[in-house]
Amino acid sequence: MTVPTFLSAPLPWYIAGPAIGLFVPVLLIIGNRMFGVSSNLRHMCAMCSEVMSRRVEHFRYDWKRNGLWNLLFVTGIVVGGYLAAQWGGPHDAHISEQARLALSNLGIHDFSGLAPREVFTWHALLTIKGFVCIVLGGFLVGFGSAYAGGCTSGHAIAGLADLQLPSLIAVLGFFAGGLIGTYFVLPLVF
Amino acid sequence: MLGVCFGIILTQSEVVSWFVLQEMFRFQSPRMYEIIASAIAVAGVALALIKRLGVRSLSGEPIVIPPKTMGRGIRYLAGGTIFGVGWALSGACPGPLFALVGNGVTVMIVVVISALAGTWLYGVLRPRLPH
Repeated sequence: MTVPTFLSAPLPWYIAGPAIGLFVPVLLIIGNRMFGVSSNLRHMCAMCSEVMSRRVEHFRYDWKRNGLWNLLFVTGIVVGGYLAAQWGGPHDAHISEQARLALSNLGIHDFSGLAPREVFTWHALLTIKGFVCIVLGGFLVGFGSAYAGGCTSGHAIAGLADLQLPSLIAVLGFFAGGLIGTYFVLPLVF
Repeated sequence: MLGVCFGIILTQSEVVSWFVLQEMFRFQSPRMYEIIASAIAVAGVALALIKRLGVRSLSGEPIVIPPKTMGRGIRYLAGGTIFGVGWALSGACPGPLFALVGNGVTVMIVVVISALAGTWLYGVLRPRLPH
């Protein structure tokens, strides 16, 4: 199958950005729901909590009522990623020469695919860089988005679009953390 | 169906790529900033219109956007910064994370499990954390 030309990678920013932004009003109008992906991590914990002992108060709520739509949304994201991979063929990111150079200095030489194969494979999981990027990275994403009450979709896009000050603080934190990760943590583990 | 569209857009715009995120944090391309800024602009105009015109949802309810409680603001700065470090390391925020699993980067399932562990720990520590 070939991908329709209007969806071929890389989508230009002026199509991708507005398309992503439209999810906010569309979800509100269709179901009166606020766009935000990280809530699903909480819903999944609530789901597990139900079969376990339900001791943690934060996870004691009706996840089916509050979150089933969102869990379906996230299942859709997985399917969408799968379909795009089938149509789009190998997705080698198009990045600037400068970025390539900076990453080679870090020790990354394979630029194929969506994530460096030197780090994001099952083999690399037990290396220091693999463990830090995969296990620690994921853990911080989960803990941080739960603590901040939202991630890039809920705070950076929906929250800022609604001019909410807490979201602005969170987004400044996202970027501060991102720079710490990029300039301090990555050079340490590579 | 909406989720499927979202997954396709995330993949095809390459915002799911670890490389593209590194390029963003190293300020070596305006692309991610253009995508994020235009997404906020479109969502912002749409939200302003929804409020101004009193648009209702398809089921006829008035659309309500709950404001986020400020508290002392610590949760936003601390949580946001912790999230940011994880974002840079894993190269994926929650949306793209699920898209990557679909894309066949199967080790991302471990990132999802770790993220669930992180969320769980927050749930346990929540009564003791400053907010």
